[in-house]
Amino acid sequence: MIRIIGCLLTLLVVNPADAARGTGDLGLFIERATSSVQIVETSGNTSIGSIGELGDLSHASVVYSRDERYAYVFGRDGGLTKIDILKAEISKRKLQSGNSIGGAISQDGRLVAVSNYKPGGVKVFDAESLELVADIPATYGDSQQRSKVIGLVDAPEGKFVFALWDAGEIWVLDMSDRSTPIIQKFSNIGRNPYDALITGDGRYYIAGLFGEDGMAMLDLWNLSAGVKRILPDYGKGEKKLPVYKMPHLEGWAVAGDLAFVPAVGSHEVLVIDMRNWQQAGRIKVHGQPIFVMARPDGRQVWVNFAIPDNDTIQVIDTQSLTIVKQLKPGKGVLHMEFEPRGEEVWLSVRDENRVEIYDTRTFERRNSIPATKPSGIFFTARAHRIGL
Amino acid sequence: MTRLAWLALSLMLSTTLAAADGISSEREQELHNLLIQDCGSCHGLQMKGGLGPALLPELLQGKNVDYLSTVILHGRSGTAMPPWSPLLSPEEARWIAERLLQGVAQ
Repeated sequence: MIRIIGCLLTLLVVNPADAARGTGDLGLFIERATSSVQIVETSGNTSIGSIGELGDLSHASVVYSRDERYAYVFGRDGGLTKIDILKAEISKRKLQSGNSIGGAISQDGRLVAVSNYKPGGVKVFDAESLELVADIPATYGDSQQRSKVIGLVDAPEGKFVFALWDAGEIWVLDMSDRSTPIIQKFSNIGRNPYDALITGDGRYYIAGLFGEDGMAMLDLWNLSAGVKRILPDYGKGEKKLPVYKMPHLEGWAVAGDLAFVPAVGSHEVLVIDMRNWQQAGRIKVHGQPIFVMARPDGRQVWVNFAIPDNDTIQVIDTQSLTIVKQLKPGKGVLHMEFEPRGEEVWLSVRDENRVEIYDTRTFERRNSIPATKPSGIFFTARAHRIGL
Repeated sequence: MTRLAWLALSLMLSTTLAAADGISSEREQELHNLLIQDCGSCHGLQMKGGLGPALLPELLQGKNVDYLSTVILHGRSGTAMPPWSPLLSPEEARWIAERLLQGVAQ
């Protein structure tokens, strides 16, 4: 009898579609060394499936369809894969460029855009069929060179926004009429924008600059005002420490009026007062911060670090602006993803081949899932958030 | 007895030769992981490039171990390439440079 139940359970796990379940507690994480993803569920904290042969998944990222059934995986080798997470199978896949870095899904969920390093630019695809809808080469300068594109996000009113690493520009791409893409370019935003984010309300697009101090900000409600520099004095005259990994700006760690971002070349998290875009504080942390992510309620901010400090997580209390907890989950903590309401957080611990799940109230470890060199973790709740 | 001493000596010698670069096999494992995972975060896990340039052997022709290990140790100013000398010894940088010139096996 137990055996039969066991068999039935196996069947359910192997073919989740038969279980007629919802997808709101599902997600996946990348196993970049094996070109695979594991499909996971956050109610019981288990892995429920795996899909392989997804190409080079260095720096891979994921967006979700609005029905939270399909995951679009952006691979480094230009691979764009649409995964049916209920059936745990690939529904469509194409190689759309030689070298890409990430993507975004449009406000209405009908278009998927990919940002490419080589050849530099953005390609926009139909989310259903993955047919090409628009090809936007990131050309700049008199000689019409092509720039690597970073920080691609979706924005309200059918727009995508992205930045040009080599050119120091921000482009706003209006795809509200898919047959007539309209591009608005902002140049001289600063040298080497390395990543960017859009605030959760879809209003402010902010690019971090590797080549100089401060960040470049575009107010999408007032495009005519152009790009402004915020935190211009940050780090002035200070010797910069080596940066062994580029910080990420994905998501916007916000608590009330305060936003938290990683400093570049110093072991600090910067606090920005969003009412006036001035620096409101600097919090000393354990190493070069990479991801600075707020728990969904904004009460805590979790920070991970670049090598050689990537075995550590620090938790900042956003009321006192102090570190209230330090964890050592293991070597190579690459990414964090909070469950939709934040009671638990998942951490990928690359060099220990595990994904760990922590309770964010007690900081106790809840579960550990075996994984092969895990990196990014992405839950379906992203489907309904602007910029993710 | 003499024979034994010779045996011991030759064993010592061969051990010394195997570790001529002074890098233990355990450390080589760590360096290999660092090369794939950490160099790979900018240059790609397969060294086909990313924010940083591709580092495939055919693209490194004309560059020798001295040059590459110097870049690894001291970085390239004006670019995002950091100096790795706080984390790597000169011998370890040379080991990585040699791997790059050979092609990084997955």
